[in-house]
Amino acid sequence: MLGYSPVYKKLIPVTLILLFVLIGSVLLGLTIGSSGGTAAAWKALLGQGDPDATLEMIIWQLRWPRVVLAATVGATLSLGGLVFQALLRNPLAEPYILGISGGSAVGAILGILAGFSLFPGLTLSSFVGSLMVLSLVLLLSNRREGHSDSLLLAGVMVNAFCGAIIMFLISVSKTVQMQKIIFWLMGDLSAVGADSLPLLLGVLPCFLVIFLLAQPLNLLLTGRESASAMGVNVAAVTLVLLLTASLMVSLTVCHSGLIGFVGLTIPHILRLALGSDHRILIPACVLTGASYLILCDLLARSLPSQGEMSVGIVTALVGAPLFIGLLWRSRQ
Amino acid sequence: MSMIDIRGVSLQYGDRQVIKNVSVQIEQGEFFVIIGPNGAGKTTLLKALAGLHPLVEGNIHVHQRPISDYAKKELARALALVPQQINADFPFTVAETVLMGRYPHLGLLAVEGKKDLGLAEQAMEFTEVIHLAGRRLGQLSGGERQRVIIARAICQQSKILLLDEPTASLDPAHQLRIMDLMERLRREVQVTIVMVSHDLNLASCYADRLLLLKNGEVENVGTPQQVLTGEQLSQSYGCTLLVDENPLLGKPRVSLVSQRITKSLRLG
Repeated sequence: MLGYSPVYKKLIPVTLILLFVLIGSVLLGLTIGSSGGTAAAWKALLGQGDPDATLEMIIWQLRWPRVVLAATVGATLSLGGLVFQALLRNPLAEPYILGISGGSAVGAILGILAGFSLFPGLTLSSFVGSLMVLSLVLLLSNRREGHSDSLLLAGVMVNAFCGAIIMFLISVSKTVQMQKIIFWLMGDLSAVGADSLPLLLGVLPCFLVIFLLAQPLNLLLTGRESASAMGVNVAAVTLVLLLTASLMVSLTVCHSGLIGFVGLTIPHILRLALGSDHRILIPACVLTGASYLILCDLLARSLPSQGEMSVGIVTALVGAPLFIGLLWRSRQ
Repeated sequence: MSMIDIRGVSLQYGDRQVIKNVSVQIEQGEFFVIIGPNGAGKTTLLKALAGLHPLVEGNIHVHQRPISDYAKKELARALALVPQQINADFPFTVAETVLMGRYPHLGLLAVEGKKDLGLAEQAMEFTEVIHLAGRRLGQLSGGERQRVIIARAICQQSKILLLDEPTASLDPAHQLRIMDLMERLRREVQVTIVMVSHDLNLASCYADRLLLLKNGEVENVGTPQQVLTGEQLSQSYGCTLLVDENPLLGKPRVSLVSQRITKSLRLG
């Protein structure tokens, strides 16, 4: 095994396998739920037996939009994590831990309080919030030194600060608005209307931009100067990637609030399994992140005997121990 | 016909001027070594050749064209830079790293074809790292990693190779291995070699010509015999250096003389 072959020889099978996993996750997400048996739901999906109007309504109007939302958010957050880890050269960087999700949430809440509509007002205020946090974190951590702990510390503190602002805004706002706001603290996919499709259409171009910059990103990881000497426009690539990743993260935060650790868990597992070539990692992250959040959401709505819990609880229960483990290992 | 033509170049780091009015021509197929004390501006000059450092004054022509006229990828096809180290935090394999050298030749998606894989294989064979192809960069020794970086530069197929102290921190056997590789590249593929080095004896053995820099200015340019004289070196480096003839090659041989001995012999 010489360890090299054209990139598509690995890319195509990996993508196909992960696509099947995603389709499987979508099917599970559609057929498992509190109302109606799973078997009946399968039959309704396959069009066998007597058509059950209620069950079909549940599947297509309640579960389907939610599964699409979970997939979109999961894909975005995990790809966002991958991009931030590469650009900041820190395997622990992640939109939530860096406080970028928190900044988007503050921006979005201020937008709601100002009475903005979801697009473009809310999206824009959330994007501005994420950019402000990103600049602040980069400034605080003094990126040139490349010390990973200071980056994480700055992120955690900014995140705590954003959490406090969110709590503050909730406590001074009127009750109707509060219900809209409270889900931002613990990410939640249940507040979905039929508007997850525009979100999907918004993040897909971002995925494409990032995928097109995969090889420059690979080169960048071996050193800024050598990448530049090999024909990569380092400043432009870095800027475009940071902006694109922040934009797509803030788009999803507008819909789902703060869901943490997805961008840590998925890229980490994929790097272990697939290596560091971002031309393979980027599509893999999108597909696996989507499946992962669909399954986490499935757990979140089926584990409690009554009602459901926020999906952010599930992702944090999985992700936080992993984060601690990685931190532990990096210290040794 | 000069391959690289440096005309009156000045470079700055912030407010500090690190290179002052340097002019030198490097010929095609030449083995050219830049030497000088620490802080003389050797690495900065090398980076400027690679288009990584803005010129304050003057001009650098490569193939009779100013480097400011080149598109980034085009310049990367003309010159390849071998940095001292490359980042190994992210676990790329040796083959993946060497294949990255094809980037300036590929289109938007940078998908390598059969030809690119063949060139990478050749480059890895040339620098004797083919047996390491599937290994990760972080698992290699310093000498192996240096040969991987050189393989990547060879894979880039540029006719000019810029190297920044490629033999630093290597043992003598590995130093010779790297230098012999450069010598072979020049002989077999007519690559022009521009190298920054602190090792005066290696420079003497391999270089066609040397550029001696001090405080950003040219102290001397010429063959090893012209530049490596005891008087010149002792003055430029500020210590006593004894130069005699290498009995095997007839080239200058530089020996370090400690201050204690200098004093007792009243040499300096």
